[in-house]
Amino acid sequence: MSETQNLTVVQAVRDGLYTEMREDDEVLVLGQDVGKNGGVFRATEGLFDEFGGDRVVDTPLAESGIVGAAVGMAAMGLRPVPEIQFSGFMYPGFDQIVSHMARFRARSRGRFTLPMTLRAPYGGGIRAPEHHSESKEAFYAHEAGLKVVIPSTPYDAKGLLAASIRDPDPVIFLEPKLIYRAFRDEVPEEPYTVPIGEAVTRREGGDVAVFTYGAMTRPTLEAAKSLAEEGIECEVVDLRTVSPLDREAIVEAFEATGRAVVVHEAPKTGGLAAEITAIVQEEALLYQEAPVKRVTGFDVPYPLYALEDYYLPSAARIEEGIKEAVEF
Amino acid sequence: MYEEVGPTVSVFDRAYDDPVRVLDEDGEVVGDVPDLDDEELVGIYRHMRLARHFDGRAVSLQRQGRMGTYPPLSGQEGAQIGSATALAEDDWIVPSYREHGAALVRGLPLKQTLLYWMGHEAGNATPEGVNVFPVAVPIASQVPHATGASWASKLRGTDEVFLCYFGDGATSEGDFHEGVNFAGVFDTPTVFFCNNNQWAISVPRERQTRSATLAQKAEAYGIDGVQVDGMDPLAVYRVTEAAVEKARDPETDRPRPTLIEAVQYRFGAHTTADDPTVYRDEDEVDRWKAKDPIPRLERYLRSEGVLDDERVAEIETLVETRVAEAIEAAESEARPKPEEMFEHAYAELPPELERQYEEFAAFREAHGDEAFLEE
Repeated sequence: MSETQNLTVVQAVRDGLYTEMREDDEVLVLGQDVGKNGGVFRATEGLFDEFGGDRVVDTPLAESGIVGAAVGMAAMGLRPVPEIQFSGFMYPGFDQIVSHMARFRARSRGRFTLPMTLRAPYGGGIRAPEHHSESKEAFYAHEAGLKVVIPSTPYDAKGLLAASIRDPDPVIFLEPKLIYRAFRDEVPEEPYTVPIGEAVTRREGGDVAVFTYGAMTRPTLEAAKSLAEEGIECEVVDLRTVSPLDREAIVEAFEATGRAVVVHEAPKTGGLAAEITAIVQEEALLYQEAPVKRVTGFDVPYPLYALEDYYLPSAARIEEGIKEAVEF
Repeated sequence: MYEEVGPTVSVFDRAYDDPVRVLDEDGEVVGDVPDLDDEELVGIYRHMRLARHFDGRAVSLQRQGRMGTYPPLSGQEGAQIGSATALAEDDWIVPSYREHGAALVRGLPLKQTLLYWMGHEAGNATPEGVNVFPVAVPIASQVPHATGASWASKLRGTDEVFLCYFGDGATSEGDFHEGVNFAGVFDTPTVFFCNNNQWAISVPRERQTRSATLAQKAEAYGIDGVQVDGMDPLAVYRVTEAAVEKARDPETDRPRPTLIEAVQYRFGAHTTADDPTVYRDEDEVDRWKAKDPIPRLERYLRSEGVLDDERVAEIETLVETRVAEAIEAAESEARPKPEEMFEHAYAELPPELERQYEEFAAFREAHGDEAFLEE
């Protein structure tokens, strides 16, 4: 029986980086304030002292430089793990992400591969300043050649991060900062992976399938628990990877009830919920008993924090959405 | 040490690493004092005191949970107030997110600044007539805006000059390069004002660029670059005034845009979410505190007989009252209405967004506000 530690999500990220860096000398971290400062959320705390400035690199303030340099390093066989301090600041690096990171393998017909993992804290709910709270995972899911991973527990954070770092293809690893320190989990000290592209059932129930991921997993489970008291049983599926989606798990959960709800904090239009709805239409139309209900953020700029509670799906809004799908 | 730059010699004809200075750390005159009358000099002093006091109160509001994350400016008042004071009434500032002092000089009420950091949408609604661009949080993203806005001024033949603020870290961003390069190519009436406060969160200035100075980056764009003691408000005023004058003059024989590097220090954290003791030494902070712009100007103004104990006490009272009133006003502001999220997203709400709003409003009507507020 291996040893475990009781860690938060952000500590598990840090432990995942530490473990992978210890296992593989080709793994290195680069970004703003990741070195001496240990990261603005402490996700790289102690790594600079442990591995030194060549493997834990404080860069100039330049996201395109960070992503583009990581592309070059990865092309030469290193396994860089660039960090963008907040996902809202990924856009100066967007050209590098979509024009190069996503398609170096395809463009070079497999000669160059990019085993890199771009990490960024994302999402709302922490009373952060403007541009610090958006959920734009759909941008990256839309881009062929990228994998997009979003953990919702400390155990998954470490295991999915290890899987991402070891993956031969580039991964966008989005960390829901609302739950960075929200709860703890037993996390093995030894290295392990959680497979990319596999959803997990967080709660079983035979009345409706509820698909979600990231920080929304908690209010969704809360809603499911509350509805159980009214006799509505929800199957809650945590997708964990939003690209590639676990199509099989989605279809299987949907077919069991013919009713589905998708919950994400990202805006509604063009969000992952639309993709999941399309999948069930394509694969299981004849099972369908009700329209797929989307409980999401709104199609507006993410508000300053005094209004963010109205923007983010709450347990009550999720409950209402589930009832709509069940009672249709 | 003392180098007199005569009125006929341009302030821009100097080495990049030779900062323009007017007062030394003790408030002794070491350069050309700008042509300001007593009230204007006291105005600079008063605004610096106001900005400093506001800053201290804002940090405590955050500590007490009465405001969100806040970026302090203490130490940087000389650069902000000195530069903003050098603008004409119709000129504009294009700020990053730390220029509460400069915005104050330009007429932005303190209450607005507080509301923004308290997370109210209303905090972003700069009143008409206050020539301050929206706060730009993503680093350096405002630099091309300043170029474009001043380019518009040039194309339309108006007289406005645009003063763009950003930090040392911003000079590493592509947007900095692109914005300043455009200004050089299109010869726009822009003043690029770099608040080099030595630290981009934990990354020191020398790890940001191998260039010996930031001012010298101007050379690559073919525009003027000049360093100034950013903790000397009179030196900052003097340099900015010269840059603004040159920007405004289509007949100038120099490039209209200027890059000013104001060498200074942030005494506090990057934001209230940051702990600078992790990455910098207390000794260094103390060394820079000896250059504090406020006592420096105060000593000079006292020696000139412009300020005395009585006047300083009056200013202290005024400053405390104004900040207290602004806090009172911001905290009495009604809780923002959720409808505000949907307002202004477009000139006219598209049908799908209208539908989303109606669904939201119906849910709120049925379940009340507690259905949104988790804790």
